[in-house]
Amino acid sequence: MNALFRYLPLLILALAWEAASRLGLVSSLALPPLSDVITAWIELIKSGELITNGVTSLWRAAAGLGLSVVIGAVLGIAMAWWRPVNVLLGPLVEMFYPLPKSALIPVTVIWLGFGDGSKILLIFLGCMLPVTIGAYNGARASDQMLVWSARGMGAGRVRTLWDVVVPSALPELLNGIRTALALSFILLVSSELIVARSGFGYLIGFLGASGTYDAMFAVVLTVAFLGFAADRFYLAIMRRALLWQA
Amino acid sequence: MMQAADVPAPASRVASALRSLALHSVSIVLLAIAWEAFARSGAVTMFVLPPLSAVVTRIFTDAGSGDLAINTGVTLLRALTGFAIAAIAGIALGLAMCRSAVARWFFDPIVSIGFPMPKIAFLPVVILWLGVYDTSKIAMVVLDAIFPVVTATIIGINSVDRHLIWSARNMGAKEREILWQVNLPAALPQIMTGLQVALPIALIVAIVAEMMMGGYGLGGGMMTASRFADSRGVFAGIVEIAIVGYVMVKLMALLRRRLLLWHQEALAPSTI
Repeated sequence: MNALFRYLPLLILALAWEAASRLGLVSSLALPPLSDVITAWIELIKSGELITNGVTSLWRAAAGLGLSVVIGAVLGIAMAWWRPVNVLLGPLVEMFYPLPKSALIPVTVIWLGFGDGSKILLIFLGCMLPVTIGAYNGARASDQMLVWSARGMGAGRVRTLWDVVVPSALPELLNGIRTALALSFILLVSSELIVARSGFGYLIGFLGASGTYDAMFAVVLTVAFLGFAADRFYLAIMRRALLWQA
Repeated sequence: MMQAADVPAPASRVASALRSLALHSVSIVLLAIAWEAFARSGAVTMFVLPPLSAVVTRIFTDAGSGDLAINTGVTLLRALTGFAIAAIAGIALGLAMCRSAVARWFFDPIVSIGFPMPKIAFLPVVILWLGVYDTSKIAMVVLDAIFPVVTATIIGINSVDRHLIWSARNMGAKEREILWQVNLPAALPQIMTGLQVALPIALIVAIVAEMMMGGYGLGGGMMTASRFADSRGVFAGIVEIAIVGYVMVKLMALLRRRLLLWHQEALAPSTI
């Protein structure tokens, strides 16, 4: 009952959408009725188009994001732990962090063409720096007392790094990964909208160009929902991973 | 209080600033040399990676012909107009959600679902509704940039010290005065953080929208260059966009420092 009251506004919006296009308040070309969009979605699932393109897209996002998390976290912790690494990489991170990541789309196409490779590279490059900065800030802020105690009790440098610095970097690192997750969806969809022959973005562009707007709305809403669901799922994992924190 | 001995003499302050600048630029210079050398070594074609010198020459040619100024101006105009609308509307909506239960009830599920969504997927829908000119690009920027501002405003207003509001009310301040002189200034650090998140998003979205629709603008220029297999133009575009992004982010940080001079955080060492 409480949940119903909470999500009532969304229901109202959905009903207003349906009514607006059924009653002809807006052209059904500009806004196909929600019921038509749902029918089109079921058709897309049945024909398998949504699933094959979706699997392609999710593979690209997962591969790019996975690479950026591993390499970004290693770089960030190395920057916090070894001063020479920081001197060398710090200015580069600072210089490239504010780069509007979408600028990389045409370059990754020049390097790797229209297929999976260019999307994975784009997502990797675009998502790496938020992870690096999260890991760096987290590892740098690890309690010096804990580091000294570990060293005093005979832990080696590597052991201290693994048992003290990495866990204390975790909260900030996980936040950085959350930013990267959101970025990965943005980069995936925009690169597929602009240059691709498969994937969600391609499907949206193709359906829009052929004028089947109800199906286009169905794919747009699917992508939007997947982005939202991925964030909520990640948040749940993150809370679990940080349970040991007070 | 700072002791006189802690303040370095002007000469040594200049020297230490120069030293930190030199330390900062070592890796950037190394990267530039590596780029130039790798591109000239013949390991890759000029198409895959044009030498930095060729890219810089290209940027100067664009600057001379006026293209650079037009493209940068158009992109900034779209991104900043959208950003300004998102900032004003986002702060207003955040305030409304804090003050009115009805507004909170209606917008809360929309904001909490809309924030994590990849709004960029709605780009074709926005094109369908608003055409391919400035309106649709600005609308797309607003749609993407508004969410961080709304959530930051809500967090900021909700964390204002109750005692400040009670004292102000006790001293006879009207609701309007409390809003402008207590709530908004006290929430400003969080609101600025939200704006600092929203600004790069505005630039990213403006550039994607330009790439999608073509025409003038830094993103449109890059796409045109890429269609003509003009890779110098593409790399010149990246460098130009990188500089614009860097300058915008730094200006925003400066603005934050200026606006929050009265705040405790201004005592912390500058990160600019």
